[in-house]
Amino acid sequence: MASARGISGGSRSAFWAVFLTPALWMMLFFVVPLSVIWAYSFGRTLGLTEVVVTGTLANYVRVFDPVYLMIFAKSLVFAGVTTAICLIIGFPYALVMTFASARAKILLLLAIMLPFWTNLLVRTYALMAVMRTEGWINDGFGLVGLGPFEMLHTNFAVITGLVYVHLPFIVLPLFSTLDRLDRSLIEASLDLGAGHLRTIFQVVIPIVWPGILSAVLLCFIPALGSYLTPDLLGGPDSQMIASVIERQFKRANDWPFGAALSFMLMYLTLAAMAWRALAERRAAGKEAH
Amino acid sequence: MLIRFENVTKRFGSFIAVDDVSLDIEAGEFFSLLGPSGCGKTTLLRMLAGLETPTEGRILIDGVDMVGVPPNRRPVNMVFQSYAVFPHMNVAQNVAYGLKIDRVPKAEREARVADALALVKLSEFAHRRPDQLSGGQRQRVALARALVKRPKVLLLDEPLSALDAKLRDAMRGELAQIQRDVGVTFVMVTHDQDEALAMASRCALMNRGTLQQVATPGDLYEYPANRFVADFIGTINLFEGTLSVDAPDHAAVTTPALDAPIHVDHGVTGATDAKVWVGVRPEKIAMTPASGPRPTGPAAMPQANVTHGTIMTSAYLGAVTFYDVATAGGTMIKVSAPNGTRSASPALPAGTAVWLHWAPDAPIVLLG
Repeated sequence: MASARGISGGSRSAFWAVFLTPALWMMLFFVVPLSVIWAYSFGRTLGLTEVVVTGTLANYVRVFDPVYLMIFAKSLVFAGVTTAICLIIGFPYALVMTFASARAKILLLLAIMLPFWTNLLVRTYALMAVMRTEGWINDGFGLVGLGPFEMLHTNFAVITGLVYVHLPFIVLPLFSTLDRLDRSLIEASLDLGAGHLRTIFQVVIPIVWPGILSAVLLCFIPALGSYLTPDLLGGPDSQMIASVIERQFKRANDWPFGAALSFMLMYLTLAAMAWRALAERRAAGKEAH
Repeated sequence: MLIRFENVTKRFGSFIAVDDVSLDIEAGEFFSLLGPSGCGKTTLLRMLAGLETPTEGRILIDGVDMVGVPPNRRPVNMVFQSYAVFPHMNVAQNVAYGLKIDRVPKAEREARVADALALVKLSEFAHRRPDQLSGGQRQRVALARALVKRPKVLLLDEPLSALDAKLRDAMRGELAQIQRDVGVTFVMVTHDQDEALAMASRCALMNRGTLQQVATPGDLYEYPANRFVADFIGTINLFEGTLSVDAPDHAAVTTPALDAPIHVDHGVTGATDAKVWVGVRPEKIAMTPASGPRPTGPAAMPQANVTHGTIMTSAYLGAVTFYDVATAGGTMIKVSAPNGTRSASPALPAGTAVWLHWAPDAPIVLLG
């Protein structure tokens, strides 16, 4: 009883003191501005700088214009392909990292983290220098009498850049999942006669499946909203939705339409997260039977 | 013999986990690797499974050199300490996993899985998920999953350590029974001497990577090979002394710990005046009231094997009572007395003066 009174007294004010600061922060810098943009998406421009919220759905109707739908679709495909390639490279990498010696583990982690700590712009320009028609790769091909190949400003360059940027997003969560896996499960599979590949596909992957889904989502969401990479590495037909949104806010000065496009992107992200939650619930449900 | 370790050494960096171990295990044995944690027993077991590779030496199973043979090609199966039951498969799928890999036809597979589950009394749980099972049931799954493969050797890594005390006692008997039923050679690692003594047909006691003694549980307790074995197995009083008489059929040791010499009815292969240790188990020491006459020792040396003391503490455990008795010289001697008759005050009070004495076949002289 005494302790219950203690919670309703001193602890409660301590709770509010700790809770209010981040809550206020979130209200001021996240909820309020986002609500403003959300309101803009139901308005139209008036003159050069003014926006009136009229409750119109015209901006959302425009989003469904085939031109923009195609760009959304392309963004989804780019993000999807990027995530798939990241998973194909990242899963074995995380697996190797899990079983490496303590020393090698640090080196492998550094190899993934060093680019992550470097400014994105610097990395992207470096990639451009490598992939240019007069770049190092084509110099290499030239030595054996091939090329030069047009690589920069193509979809190939965009995907390469996106994979490069997003690899840490998939490797790190996969590593933390795999590192927590009870090693004796793997040993038991080997002991029962399974080879390494069979152990990976029939024991490791099914057990860490929820972790794989999380990693996929952590890679897919930022890839979907990529802006700098497709803008700098891509050609005229490799625009992703973030570039289009940027253009609405800046060059086109059409904030309401930009807002509607932004919220469409956000709905897609939320849909991806809902899919993840559903998949998890289904897995949990299966386990109960 | 079924298993042979030949001069096996395993180093992890500069740490020597297993140091030049040679050991034979016969088919059909329930063999136990016993020792304190870090003594190398688990490493020895894992080398048998192929999960570790010896740095030096050879391991033969059924005459075949196992060095270089991966774990999935060895005729052994293991029950892991954590059981390692696959959480994404039900009980029957767990047990069938190894048979599927061996491409056992479906009908035979199902029959063997059913037999294995019946053996470990889990038939009704075939479709349960591991997270719906108790620790004891999960262990049975691990056991069935390994036995269904019909290995030449079943390896058990601390199989009972994760169970609560009551279940552990029940499983002890049951494991030994299953071993007799299936006739498979069991090699079990344990740090619990009661477990090893109760279940194993033979034990290897290890310390710091080396074998201390390989013997039946009875020999390990009654005829320990050295001071480490005597001290590790059960409770023992150890006295440091000098060999004063060394005849073929008897010996005597004088020790500063006791007034009277210790007379033993076995010869010692050591020179007279050698420094030795003498061990006497607490239950082999008889205790009589000090008011009575001084007990007489063996005929050859009547003053030996007797000492006078005072009870310092007693611990009543129901079946037996443990006493710490101090001699006039300050030596502490552990004595246990069975409570053979019902009594209102089964433990003698502290401060009671007593005579302690033992038969010539009770002490054992230890050279190392």
